[in-house]
Amino acid sequence: MEPFRSVRGGGVRAWLAAAEASLLRNLVGQIMTLVEPGASDPQSGNPPSGNPPSGNPPSGNPPSGNPRSGNPRPDDLDALEAMLYPPGAAQAPEDPVLARLLPDAYSDDPEAAGEFRKYTEPALRSAKYEVAKQLLDTLPEAGGRIQLSNDEALAWLKALNDVRLALGVRLGVTEEFEQEWAKLKPDDPQWTAYEVYAWLGAVQESLVQALA
Amino acid sequence: MSTAPAEVDLPRSADKPVSDRPWVTIVWNDPVNLMSYVTYVFQHVFGYPKKKATKLMLDVHHKGKAVVAAGAREAMEHNVEVLHGYGLWATVRQDT
Repeated sequence: MEPFRSVRGGGVRAWLAAAEASLLRNLVGQIMTLVEPGASDPQSGNPPSGNPPSGNPPSGNPPSGNPRSGNPRPDDLDALEAMLYPPGAAQAPEDPVLARLLPDAYSDDPEAAGEFRKYTEPALRSAKYEVAKQLLDTLPEAGGRIQLSNDEALAWLKALNDVRLALGVRLGVTEEFEQEWAKLKPDDPQWTAYEVYAWLGAVQESLVQALA
Repeated sequence: MSTAPAEVDLPRSADKPVSDRPWVTIVWNDPVNLMSYVTYVFQHVFGYPKKKATKLMLDVHHKGKAVVAAGAREAMEHNVEVLHGYGLWATVRQDT
């Protein structure tokens, strides 16, 4: 890796080896699968489109006794809301990685946290999915020179951070990450994961410095 | 990032007694986010000068959390939504 550096006239650039690009592609792809809008938490048991009795899209088959000319009834609004905000999104994900990527907005008010999540989690998932996709779109398949506009660099920052959060949660890292790593033997299965985590930190650090 | 969903229907504050206490955005310490990144986010999201952003970052780091903004509930919820987009661990509550 050549760390990120700012480019005269705007943007940043770096250089990644083929193996580094491939590793990054793999990790970012995993995040996309995790946060993909409509993907339900395995534990929630709710399919993304769990249909209430009147929850089918209105364009499908007009329900009897519901003339189009009438004012919207509460049922209609419920159905609309069910489409826009899939059920099952009101509770924090049970997977610790997903819970860290999509945290509660209220730490001491579960009801407010659920309400907030219901209305904002789909957008947050989309946002995380989009920055991950932007990273993949600007990461050359075989590595090499990476050249980013400031907007693309911001997407990279966020996407790299999501990968680090996910890996950090899986590894259970603490502030003493370096010491924890130093205690492991190189043949420990976790050793490589720590190395990847440290490498991602270095990439992100260089990107922050290049943008600052 | 769209802010509209957060404002569509949040009736909770309407059926509570009006209070003068402001709402606050809190950022919590976590072992993953880089100090430089957190400082950058505070500058970028709130427009804080580097000195203030750095001080807030250090507060988060050393005290476990810091109030990074105060104001109307909707504005604080918007902050939290944006900060979650950056991967910061942020919450909102009414000041006590």
